[in-house]
Amino acid sequence: MAKTLYEKIFDKHVVLAQEDTYLIYIDRHLIHEVTSPQAFEGLKIHDRPLWRKESIVAVPDHNVPTTDRDKGIQDPISKIQVETLDQNCKDHNLLQFDMSDVRQGIVHVIGPEQGLTLPGMTIVCGDSHTSTHGAFGALAMGIGTSEVEHVMATQCLIQKKLKTMKIDVQGKTHPLVSAKDIALFVIGQIGTAGGTGYAIEFCGDAIQQLSMEGRMTLCNMAIEAGARSGMVAVDDTTINYLKNKPFAPKNGMWDLAEKEWRTLHSDSDAVFDKVVEIDANMIEPQVSWGTSPEMVKGISESIPKKSNLTSDKHLDFQRALEYMGLNENTPINEISVDKVFIGSCTNSRIEDLREAARYLKGKKINPSIRLAMAVPGSGIVKKQAESEGLDKIFIESGFQWRDPGCSMCLAMNADRLESGERCASTSNRNFEGRQGQGGRTHLVSPAMAAAAAVHGHFVDIRNEEISG
Amino acid sequence: MAILLILEMRKSVDKFKHIISKVIPLDRSNVDTDAIIPKQFLKSIKRTGFGPNLFDEWRYLDHGEPGMDNSKRSINPDFVLNKPQFKDSKILLVRENFGCGSSREHAPWALLDFGIKVIIAESFADIFYNNCFKNGILPITLQKDEIEELFSGTETKTLEVEVNLEKQFVKSSKSYSFEIDEFKKSSLLNGLDEIGLTLENKSVIANFEKSYFSNYPWLKQE
Repeated sequence: MAKTLYEKIFDKHVVLAQEDTYLIYIDRHLIHEVTSPQAFEGLKIHDRPLWRKESIVAVPDHNVPTTDRDKGIQDPISKIQVETLDQNCKDHNLLQFDMSDVRQGIVHVIGPEQGLTLPGMTIVCGDSHTSTHGAFGALAMGIGTSEVEHVMATQCLIQKKLKTMKIDVQGKTHPLVSAKDIALFVIGQIGTAGGTGYAIEFCGDAIQQLSMEGRMTLCNMAIEAGARSGMVAVDDTTINYLKNKPFAPKNGMWDLAEKEWRTLHSDSDAVFDKVVEIDANMIEPQVSWGTSPEMVKGISESIPKKSNLTSDKHLDFQRALEYMGLNENTPINEISVDKVFIGSCTNSRIEDLREAARYLKGKKINPSIRLAMAVPGSGIVKKQAESEGLDKIFIESGFQWRDPGCSMCLAMNADRLESGERCASTSNRNFEGRQGQGGRTHLVSPAMAAAAAVHGHFVDIRNEEISG
Repeated sequence: MAILLILEMRKSVDKFKHIISKVIPLDRSNVDTDAIIPKQFLKSIKRTGFGPNLFDEWRYLDHGEPGMDNSKRSINPDFVLNKPQFKDSKILLVRENFGCGSSREHAPWALLDFGIKVIIAESFADIFYNNCFKNGILPITLQKDEIEELFSGTETKTLEVEVNLEKQFVKSSKSYSFEIDEFKKSSLLNGLDEIGLTLENKSVIANFEKSYFSNYPWLKQE
């Protein structure tokens, strides 16, 4: 029977089935400091060992400072959390890229970068953006801490099968329209609950043309459409990315693996529960204007008019505008910003930094910008960017060049917005208070964030001069 | 061997009991887990103590940080959770897509710590929905018009409802039935320890691993 990619991977991992409830095997378990301590504590209380400690990879990312790394963590509570992870990794002899390791970074950046994320795997992490790893033709999803403990103790998860949704992006996007714009456009179309209960597979010409970094950005945002998992089929781009990654299989094992990986795509006659077709030509650079990622518009558009919305949306619309300090019908390119953040598990990989730097080269940020920061996703990304001279471009334009971590995406460390400040951000959530209490977030691509830094307000990068 | 049929009931969370309580009407859609429990409180390494900071940014007028004496903070008198009549309420009524965003289980921990045992919504985000059951909270999904009826019932008076999980209904002046997965229902009613249940299948998992790694040997490499 023809199967979707989701069904192929799911079926290979079924340990037990009881009616529509399954016990599925988990290949890779990524952990970080925020959602793991209570799980380790639970194991200890029940005196349960880890089932397969080799499956676990740990990294601190949410709390780590992005400046003065050598001074350690100043916030005493953050410090305890990171030290607790260190201790748990030491007690259980787990692979950890700690704060002093050049491989440290955001959990969803380092997994793929190290070849710890492989096609066909089931991958979990106590973090909703685990969907990122689906870019490799893997079944990856975020879980809560109780499930983190469950996977640690049993290597399995109790699951229902998700429904399947195919998002088919046909045609070619404008060269300056990025994966982030595709993701935001899709969320604007189907809504933040549009993917609830589904595993999304992104298909079509526009997706095949994306680099692995672009596919990760796209799958990362699947959760903002409500889908626990987003995925892209394996192709040459996937295989070429993985070759020679430190933890990827080598020699004969690689050949065996590649043969299997090449089968990881939906069969041509597979049936999806839902199909959404999108014309890539319709997608322009996107900017979110509200407090939910579905409140998003193209750069040439305006914030909606209340009268054009159905009455059940009025209350949320009004509340969002009030929080954001904006009026209905305002053209998107008239919105000015105070701060700019380039980073997060959505957009902190080398391609993202290149995209922003290409725009920034030879330009200065606007004097009205209070802070512009570029936060690489990992120590390896940082090193790569510096070897290409990108750090100099950022610094010369007026950006701060920081150390890797989640940073101002969720503001658990010192990087945050003050109340009322408006930010062009390459992160994934524009929720109230997400980047700091009272802070106002506009979600954009790296190039759009860079352009907003230069102009002090949003502009259409398709009309801008871009070097090399 | 079956997951459902293991009769040895291992307790982890409290058994879910029949509940009658005043309903807190929080008239919002897309309430995200950042709103339920803001990030600064996630620095705790415990599962308890989050209740005073539930909906912190809506509940207080000042900025909250861990370690503050919350009784001394200025509360937002307009926020529904602060109304004295809801002090001991166990039921929260909300709109669609409740619990979207971050997977943080601190969100159900905070709700539970405040005393919430039931959330009635038009829809829930997947990860949050799942996390509720792991903590003995019952998330109930009702139809849009039923949610609307319940909200209108809260406009002029304090609405009290009865929630019966066993028979799957919510009752105010009218009774509404709800759907729930059998396995999740039994876990809640019996307070099952899911890890204990899964570990009853130790040998099945071990056997699976053996054939799995012989089919995909590169996954065994570390």
